[in-house]
Amino acid sequence: MPNNNKKHRVVITGLGLVNPMGHDVETVWQGMMDGKSGIDKTTIFDASTFPSTFSAEVKNYDLAKHTKKPQLHKDSNRGSSFVIKATIEACTQAGIDVETDNPTDGIDRTKMGIYLGAGEGSVENEVFFRAIAKAWDDENNKMDWGKWAQVAFSQMSPMCELEQEPNMPAAHVAMVTGARGPTRSCLTACAASTQASGEAMMMIRQGYADIMIAGGAHSMIHPLGVTGFNRLTALSTRNDSPQTASRPFSASRDGFVIGEGGAALIFESLESAKKRGAKILAEIIGYGSTADAFRVTDMHEDARGAIAALNAALKDAGITYKDIDYISTHGTSTSENDSIETKAIKGAFKDQAKNIPVSSVKSMMGHLIGVTGAAELITCVLALRDNIIPPTMNLNDPDPQLDLDYVPNKPRKADLNIVINESFGFGGQNNVIIIKRFTD
Amino acid sequence: MTGRRVVITGFGAISPLGMTADDLWIGLSQGKSGIDKIKAFDPVNFTCKIAGEIPDFKIRDFIPKSFRKSTKLMSRDIEIAIIAAKEAIESSGLITKGIDPENINVDPTRFAINIGAGLISCDLVELAPAVAKSLTDGEFDLKKWGRDGLNAVTPLWLLKYLPNMLPCHVGIIHDIQGPSNTITCAEAGAHLAIAEAAQIIARNDADIALAGGVEAKVNPVVMIRQCLTKRTTDQNNDNPTSACRPFDADAKGSVFGEAGAMLVLEEARHAKDRNAKIFAEITGTGSSNNINPAYENLETDGTGIRIAIEQALNEAGISADELDLIIPHGTGIAADDKAEAAAIEAVLGSAVSKVPVWPTKSMVSNTGAAAGAVDMVAAICAMENKMIPAAINCENKAHWCNLNIPTSQQNADIKYVLSCSYTYGGQTAAIVLKKFDS
Repeated sequence: MPNNNKKHRVVITGLGLVNPMGHDVETVWQGMMDGKSGIDKTTIFDASTFPSTFSAEVKNYDLAKHTKKPQLHKDSNRGSSFVIKATIEACTQAGIDVETDNPTDGIDRTKMGIYLGAGEGSVENEVFFRAIAKAWDDENNKMDWGKWAQVAFSQMSPMCELEQEPNMPAAHVAMVTGARGPTRSCLTACAASTQASGEAMMMIRQGYADIMIAGGAHSMIHPLGVTGFNRLTALSTRNDSPQTASRPFSASRDGFVIGEGGAALIFESLESAKKRGAKILAEIIGYGSTADAFRVTDMHEDARGAIAALNAALKDAGITYKDIDYISTHGTSTSENDSIETKAIKGAFKDQAKNIPVSSVKSMMGHLIGVTGAAELITCVLALRDNIIPPTMNLNDPDPQLDLDYVPNKPRKADLNIVINESFGFGGQNNVIIIKRFTD
Repeated sequence: MTGRRVVITGFGAISPLGMTADDLWIGLSQGKSGIDKIKAFDPVNFTCKIAGEIPDFKIRDFIPKSFRKSTKLMSRDIEIAIIAAKEAIESSGLITKGIDPENINVDPTRFAINIGAGLISCDLVELAPAVAKSLTDGEFDLKKWGRDGLNAVTPLWLLKYLPNMLPCHVGIIHDIQGPSNTITCAEAGAHLAIAEAAQIIARNDADIALAGGVEAKVNPVVMIRQCLTKRTTDQNNDNPTSACRPFDADAKGSVFGEAGAMLVLEEARHAKDRNAKIFAEITGTGSSNNINPAYENLETDGTGIRIAIEQALNEAGISADELDLIIPHGTGIAADDKAEAAAIEAVLGSAVSKVPVWPTKSMVSNTGAAAGAVDMVAAICAMENKMIPAAINCENKAHWCNLNIPTSQQNADIKYVLSCSYTYGGQTAAIVLKKFDS
């Protein structure tokens, strides 16, 4: 068969978001325009003695207020519960019927798929730790699996066990939308939902689907998740000032702030969007994906993989680095990421690097791990829509080594036509998406 | 495929039937079962005490010396991925950094990796000493954990359990710098990962890809999950080899296990230019969802599976009756097997009496995210050997099953094979392989 890999243009026709700054797209966006923070003391569990006592939680969230079928989703993990609402919001904007067995939107469900970057659900903490405590024989340094199984069988919930599987958020999205087209879920650490979005776009471009629900779901705000990141010394421990703790690109940055959320974007072939009369919010024109193949613990010191991903996305879009108006960075507020990401931008954008505004919304919403890329892609669409760049908050003491235009502390008006979203993940995962203001 | 042609030039498998793809095929063709009493831990009080376990191995024997330090960061899933990947690459004739750094014959930037991976459960024995430091009057105390227990957890602990560490470790050893993805769709993961890798080559984002699936399910945390959700048989602990009975009237549930299987996918011209042996071509992929309010099981008519199979046949440009073999998911969970049988029958129509449907989990066990890749290797071996082995543990087909399940070994000139899978939650997948025709 001929190589005909660009046969369909892909546009965005719906957005949905639940994150620490709000339960819908416009609330989150307004918060970013106001430079608000979604970060505060952790309440999901008692983190008062942990090295990091704060996080970016989705607050006062009740899925039952957003779904017609709360019973169907009653066992969903936190990530699933967020992406269910985000999906309903995105589909509603795009004119796709949800939560019905008899949709009247004229969309062939076998040509509507799902691609999420989604994380695992939390263990049932109390039972999980109690079972270990009961079964551990400290003298002989071994587990008594019989005792452990007894506690497990009497106290663990089968559905909670099932809902820990990372494919479950996609399962809930399928139940909400009736999607019967190509469906996948991936988990490439902090780059997952950008990778999911890129691959979802490719599914439409290659003709496998007309519509894809792309996005992500994740929450690692639980004792084991925070333990893992604290032990890696990846989290900020600025416990006396949670709201200023996420300070990407500043000299005093000391780690990221763990967050959670759910994000959904409706991707659609241009033909389908036109046929349905859907409002087109932006066009996705490029995607690049690479691996560092360097170390599981560190990013490549010269940003080799990140630069390759940026260049691949530019090539895929058929544009050059001079065409980019804004970069939404991964900008985690860790020492390593922010300096290597700056290196990557300099490597790919050469003489233009210092002229392109770049910012990190993680300064406000925290780092949503698997779902962060899709949440940030949504902010890119809104930046294009409103011709405004969301700020990097808490940037009061710039790192002298980092000398790009980070759009510090307040949003900035700008004529935006093409913007880039970057995501990088543990293990050396690099994913980049380019979107463009839609013109026919 | 839509775009460039994608062929298979290498494969590897490590499974309860042995350490290599050859072992897998010999076991399958002799009707051997790799299921036995669990050895990895004492399953006392578990409702299911049997599983498919890989023979003993030492990961140090499978990695270059310079990587030995990193074995400390490897969960069992990662180790299995490394072993399967090594065999696959060696069988393809490609020379990577991990095979021989002096004679590399691949472009690392045109090399992709895509693995279907499971939810890697943490090693409780590793966590337990930290938990023991966090007790107040014998009960777990989260405040103490935050203060004391947490610091007893090894600093890089989390990195052992991120699913993307499978392709990352393999990618570091073999220097794979192209697109790297980890599909986490449970039992449908391997097929979906292979399909995506094929699409990446077809659309010209890579020339070579290592793709497959890996999961190590035989540990207390995963096995208790299967017991709690009642997906395991609890009635066959004394008869391990006959315990897993896909499509059989006496099926009592699945038996879980561990495996890893990887394929080397390659753009057809790239393979021909280096005179590689080409085993088969991937000509069709499909994927959909089962949608069922009781989503731990499938919808009874298997609609989501049917759609995936139809898509794959459609992309391959063939009709169902052209298939020479179907390798189904066939878990031994009667309700799910019934739904899958209904889907396959709906697609095959009158050809249902003719096309052989050969389930493998009776022998290999249900290896979760590895399952689809194990079946892809089995499909290639059947093609190569021109032979469809007999199914085992299906002496009395269930009354609802009209599939043609081979009860004796048959010679067959196989041109097209379809392999499919599905998972709890709902994702489904199907792939069509075609004997390579240059």
